[in-house]
Amino acid sequence: MIDELAEIDAIETERYELFELPGYKFHFHRRDFIKAFGAGIIFIVPLSRALAQQRGQGESGRGSGREQVPDDIGAWIHIDEDGGVTVFTGKVEMGQNIRTSLAQAVAEELHVPISTVHLTMGDTDLTPFDMGTFGSRTTPTMAPQLRKAAAAAREVLIDLAAQQLGVAAGSVKIVDARFVNHDKSKSLSLAEVAKGRKLVKVIPENIATTQPKDWTIAGTSVTKVDARDFVTGKHQYTSDLTREGMLYGKVVRPATFNSTLVTSDTKAAEAMPGVKVVHDGNFIGVVAPDQQTAGRAASAIAVDWKSPGQPSTAELFDILRKPTTERRGGGEGGPGAARPQGSIAEGLAAADKKLEQTYTVAYIAHAPLEPRAAVAEWNGDKLTVWTGTQRPFGVRTELAEAFHLSEDKVRVIVPDTGSGYGGKHTGECAIEAARLARAAAKPVKLVWTREEEFTWAYFRPAGVIDIKSGVRNDGTITAWEFHNYNSGASGIQIKYDIPNSDIQFHPANSPLRQGSYRGLAATANHFARETHIDELAHALNLDPLAFRLKNIKDERMRAVLEAAARVFGWGQTKPVNGRGVGIACGFEKNGYLATCAEIAIDKPLGKDADKSASKVRIVRVVEAFDCGAVVNPVHLKNQIEGAITMAIGGALFESIQFENGKILNPKFSGYRVPRFIDIPTIEVVLVDRKDIPSAGAGETPIVGLAPAVGNAIFNATGVRLRSLPLAPKGVTPNAKS
Amino acid sequence: MGRVTTLNVNGKKLTIDVDSSTSLLSVLRNDLKLTGSKYGCGEGQCGACTVLLDGQATRSCITQVGRAAGKAITTIEGLEKDGRLHPLQEAFIKADAMQCAYCTSGMIMSGAALLSKNPRPNKDEIITGMNGNICRCGTYQRIIDAIAIASAQEVSK
Repeated sequence: MIDELAEIDAIETERYELFELPGYKFHFHRRDFIKAFGAGIIFIVPLSRALAQQRGQGESGRGSGREQVPDDIGAWIHIDEDGGVTVFTGKVEMGQNIRTSLAQAVAEELHVPISTVHLTMGDTDLTPFDMGTFGSRTTPTMAPQLRKAAAAAREVLIDLAAQQLGVAAGSVKIVDARFVNHDKSKSLSLAEVAKGRKLVKVIPENIATTQPKDWTIAGTSVTKVDARDFVTGKHQYTSDLTREGMLYGKVVRPATFNSTLVTSDTKAAEAMPGVKVVHDGNFIGVVAPDQQTAGRAASAIAVDWKSPGQPSTAELFDILRKPTTERRGGGEGGPGAARPQGSIAEGLAAADKKLEQTYTVAYIAHAPLEPRAAVAEWNGDKLTVWTGTQRPFGVRTELAEAFHLSEDKVRVIVPDTGSGYGGKHTGECAIEAARLARAAAKPVKLVWTREEEFTWAYFRPAGVIDIKSGVRNDGTITAWEFHNYNSGASGIQIKYDIPNSDIQFHPANSPLRQGSYRGLAATANHFARETHIDELAHALNLDPLAFRLKNIKDERMRAVLEAAARVFGWGQTKPVNGRGVGIACGFEKNGYLATCAEIAIDKPLGKDADKSASKVRIVRVVEAFDCGAVVNPVHLKNQIEGAITMAIGGALFESIQFENGKILNPKFSGYRVPRFIDIPTIEVVLVDRKDIPSAGAGETPIVGLAPAVGNAIFNATGVRLRSLPLAPKGVTPNAKS
Repeated sequence: MGRVTTLNVNGKKLTIDVDSSTSLLSVLRNDLKLTGSKYGCGEGQCGACTVLLDGQATRSCITQVGRAAGKAITTIEGLEKDGRLHPLQEAFIKADAMQCAYCTSGMIMSGAALLSKNPRPNKDEIITGMNGNICRCGTYQRIIDAIAIASAQEVSK
């Protein structure tokens, strides 16, 4: 078993993801827990790092109850007097199905049906501090902590049940959610054991959890826990909430970024019944009794904005090449930072062939189907905001700073959210709603329009990548020099065994607001790397799969490559005319993948057929993925299929166009996202490694599609495409092919 | 501008008083508190707001409420009958045809309209019929499976 803590530390932080460290820590008292959650039994789960510090102090779950309550708490579990199990975690659910997978982990260890386990998530007053739900961290960090907590809880409960039954602890087992003695003559329910208790227990570290090979609830395809609420429309997203006396808000936006408000005329708006205009510095917005009036009032406000001249799409890559400060390898100099290996000059001198190429990726938008939304309510100086965010505690800090409050005066509650993909880390909408609500002295709901979401959120960073490489005629790569400008350091490290390498990331001054995105720069870095590898294979006239295997020793990487190739039938048949196949592989966040794609070039019909570009259609994708022990096969497959589908947009046609501070395509009619018609046959091959701790899987499966498709387009047409999106307007095949 | 004072929603006559130019989606969500239909784009491009008007799949975000007056409006809240889910709702659960599920209401309404017109659609017919609905999480393949499951159930009845 790999040391779990070492694994966590080995993962580099990503500059676009970790905005800040926790501002402060709670100090908990036992009585606070009982006061907050009522009678029953509460199990406190220290953070892994806290566990590490406490190692060897001889803590025990069956101790006297005088253990220190740790400052760093990861989660807590409450067993109420009715036998209900509630897990409190600061993580949030936005479609990745952790509400289900975490409940599976707890149910497994407690030996209770999953239906008795409920999760309270992402509520800053009820759940312990959590940095945020990003970086595929829930499965590798939160799930093991909850497992340990539940396992420890089970042992404590068995002791309590034994005392209550008047039998020896060793003779009590949990069978069908009941505590029974050796001959099953006596039994108690969970409710009967919890009844009348006021216990707070800190879970010990030295507790064994069930090994993946013995899982019975985890490791199975449990249905999404609250699926019925979603298929009936009952689930309340933030934008569905209503509060007593609630008003509707609307913000007046300038036409371009970085604008300053010079003058405004609000008379017409203020004359409308029930409308209040809120003007505070550069912020101007309205509240009204209904959504239509809010919209009309906002439109009636005339504002004179002053804005500077700003860059446009055409200049983007030149701007990004002007680095701000030099950094090497792992982003913020985190633990994954790489030192150059060997000498690029020597590696190139030893090469038979050299290749130097540049690759680019565009800004793209997350476009979560639920746009940013918030409901804000003030009670005296206490502010409560419901909002869909991946960082409830981060948004609490933003709100506290914006309104000069201490953080205990702010509560952020995150209803299960209409997706994020890394795009909902920030609290703009929450702050705007809170500002309007304070002025109105009433609760206010603010829902961003699709155009606002496209314009005023933030984008996946654009980037430029330069690669210089050398390779011997026998297929050995001798040199690898890699420079990423702006897009980020995720997935920048290589699994190819190359003696001479220099891999660098260079931050730049991004002309647009940018931030996290599913997989972050791993998509850009894999696209550049795996396209370049394909170019090298082609230059040597080697099979792209064989070329990769020749340069990779890592057995997990080889295993996914071989698995994907086998299912795809790589090399078995030659693609028919107008079709092409491509392959790519990758590694990020402890997940390994290999992707094979088959594409078709659909020649246009009609009289201008010869002059028009051909459409690229992805016919078939096979992706093999290894993220350690599989927790929920159906949800894992769903995540991988979803990542592949989302990747089609960035690979083929998604791109934000901007000019002088304006987004030119801030609508679904101008920004094409993948639809039913774009979906290939997707086959997912799960490489279930029960001997390896589970890694998260929401992100990494996105990185292989773009290079596999680009390589397949080359295979079909002889045209090498080095910019994402590859074919927003189709592709014009080379004359010879 | 005229007013709309009654709507026939999910088999019930409901009293309202709204300007006839107001969007049907806004009336459903804000006046009638039927929040299962979602706002996704406001331009009829994503399908999250889909409801049935006399059985026809309709984008409620770009439909004025005046045009829905007098018609039978069915929303996601109206599919369940006597505590029993519509076969397509069951099929969505069975096929795990959702992630964040914000598109799910609109998908199910569009799918239900498709099945009522064409009880046994083939894959191409499903793709064509559903192409106006966006699932940003990318569960399209599973939605196709769910519609096929519900279709087979209906036929076997």
